[in-house]
Amino acid sequence: MRRGITATALVAALALAATACGSDDESGGGKSSGELSGTVTWWDTSTVGSEDKVFKKIAEGFEKKHPKVDVKYVNVPFGEAQNKFKNAAQAGAGAPDVIRSEVAWTPEFADLGYLAPLDGTSALKDEGDFLEQAAASTKYNGKTYAVPQVIDSMGIFYNKKIFKDAGVEVPKNIGDLKTVSKTIKEKTGKTGLYLRGDDAYWFLSFLYGEGGDLVDASSKTVTVDKPEGVKAFKTVKDLVDSGAAKTDATDGWENMQSSFKDGKVAMMINGPWAVADTLAGKEFADKANLGISPVPAGSAGQGAPQGGHNLGVYAGSKNLEASYAFVEYMTSVETQAQTAGELNLLPTRTSAYSKQAAVDSEIVQFFKPVVETAVERPWIPETGSLFAPLVTEYTKVLTGQTTPEKAASATGDSYRKLLKGWK
Amino acid sequence: MAVHTSQSVAKAAGDDVARGPSRGTGNPPPPSRLRRAMSVHWYAWAMVAPVVIVIGVIIGYPLVRGIYLSLTDANERNVARSIGVNELPATYSFVGVDNYVDALTGTQFLGTLGWTLVWTVSCVGITFCLGMGLANILNRRIAGRSAYRMALILPWAIPGFVSVFAWRFLYNEDRGLLNKILGGAGIDGIPWLNDPTWAKFSVIAVNVWLGVPFMMVALLGGLQSIPSEQYEAAEMDGATAWQRFRHITLPGLRPVSTTVILLSTIWTFNMFPVIFLLTRGGPGEATQILVTQAYKFSFEISPRDFAQSSTWGVLILVLLMLFAMVYRRVLRTQGDNW
Repeated sequence: MRRGITATALVAALALAATACGSDDESGGGKSSGELSGTVTWWDTSTVGSEDKVFKKIAEGFEKKHPKVDVKYVNVPFGEAQNKFKNAAQAGAGAPDVIRSEVAWTPEFADLGYLAPLDGTSALKDEGDFLEQAAASTKYNGKTYAVPQVIDSMGIFYNKKIFKDAGVEVPKNIGDLKTVSKTIKEKTGKTGLYLRGDDAYWFLSFLYGEGGDLVDASSKTVTVDKPEGVKAFKTVKDLVDSGAAKTDATDGWENMQSSFKDGKVAMMINGPWAVADTLAGKEFADKANLGISPVPAGSAGQGAPQGGHNLGVYAGSKNLEASYAFVEYMTSVETQAQTAGELNLLPTRTSAYSKQAAVDSEIVQFFKPVVETAVERPWIPETGSLFAPLVTEYTKVLTGQTTPEKAASATGDSYRKLLKGWK
Repeated sequence: MAVHTSQSVAKAAGDDVARGPSRGTGNPPPPSRLRRAMSVHWYAWAMVAPVVIVIGVIIGYPLVRGIYLSLTDANERNVARSIGVNELPATYSFVGVDNYVDALTGTQFLGTLGWTLVWTVSCVGITFCLGMGLANILNRRIAGRSAYRMALILPWAIPGFVSVFAWRFLYNEDRGLLNKILGGAGIDGIPWLNDPTWAKFSVIAVNVWLGVPFMMVALLGGLQSIPSEQYEAAEMDGATAWQRFRHITLPGLRPVSTTVILLSTIWTFNMFPVIFLLTRGGPGEATQILVTQAYKFSFEISPRDFAQSSTWGVLILVLLMLFAMVYRRVLRTQGDNW
């Protein structure tokens, strides 16, 4: 018996050692004879099943322009990408050459030294063409570490048919939202709003609506535990408790998309990244059934978060030149016009908005002014760290494990731990 | 012969390391014993050396490194990194036992420990009782016994993460099979993973489902080693079924059951995949056990807190070692030769 255990342990140990040693062999390349060559691995985080197909096609189009370059498209689920990239980047093995980095991750990756500075490289072209808001998150300590790929914000997505059946109008503020949901429930038996409970990003528009914010970087103050923050927690709790909204503590994205696509809920708060997936649903076979309107206003007004994605180049990439060229290609006016047309994603280049594909997209036209007035987060390295403590408390509030007051102050405490010396 | 020798030496060496002073056999070894052991058993030492080295590298180094990190303030931002052109040296410093003081005086560690204990005790308790019941049923001659045995071992045969994902689908509040069945019977859906109390129930249920086959197979083996003469004799003396179970089956299973309870306690205490894949410790932190929380410190929050994660890891190790020691001592006072 004992011998058996030792033998098993030895085999297990050897197997472990073997896997640990086997790292993938990245083929170098570059610009030996003025022509780009080698492999460029790109980690995309777009929605699987809809956006990813288009991005894969576009990414592989780079090979046509540079036949010696081999583009490896990898789709990493958005929720895992931040940690997966950090693991790989720190270990120095298995990291991609190009990463699609959410705007809040970019300063963090740059601060950790994982991204290559792009100033003066071929990745940045026509810098002045980028929307100022989109470019803001790519700058850190006076250098540019990424190129904006798409920009986004949030709005209310609603099912026009259900609204017609219930005879209601799109809610303009939280009070409306509650009465509209109630009418929808009475007239059609359906739930008004799906509110994602496992991702704190969906909490931001309520926080901004009450005039609150997570932190105030200019005065180095944590603001989430101010009365406005408490009020925002109360608002979301009330929406769920009153039955105006339903939520989940796990699988929020899948549940939200499927219940909205199947017509089980009338509204959801979401952004342009969800449009392609939503339009694939059976309720939206007629695309005109999908209505989009600004997020409902809180007591202090209306505020949606400004988000988006950048493309960054891994500092340890063996093929920097081709990676720079790939980033430039993926953020060019033509590519952005194509994604605006096919996926309704918002370009980050001013000139792309005048292209016909973008002009024709109702959704791009709707979100363009929304993005312009959307609330920007401070682009400090810690911005990417603010969600982890917040989502814990947010879910606790929605599942009745804590009070809004306690949740706000617990979030504030963990922010002060994170941001040394802030008030 | 050589194999035999090496085995006994390996055992003795293992005993010295693992049991240490508590072995308490009295007189310390005279210095000549080591030399004699070397000259007589040099071949055996040479044979075990590769294993010792491999284990030293694979278990020893990470352990020492983990303990060291728990005494520093290392996190993602101050450890050494070398990324392409960027060479960043390590800047973390030694902070002594501060991390341990923080963990043991704060509410988070103790709160998580409390739920981890509830989780471990209820999982092991329920699994053991169910496994015992099933083993007794399957130990009789019933029709289709091997088919039942097969079916009951099934949860064990499926990779853990696959079954956990399957359960996650079953538990889905709107689209899950469980709530659809309840709905069909006219009962309101249950928020399996969305309500803190139900989530605790759900994770325990899945772990019991996964753990029962092991218990059942181990106990079945134990049952089959109990001589049937004892039952026959008891029956002759007019013992009831309960008396036979209480006075023959339970004592006869003792060597097996003490071992499986120890193993299953250690496994359940550190049962990462069930919690992580089912709820990720949520809703909120309702189902977070010590290992999943340690993982969260090291991989999910940012900046990743390697020091705190290591601290929790070392504390888990200490807790389990204490448990094993106490358990062994209790058994020994009851006459088991462990």
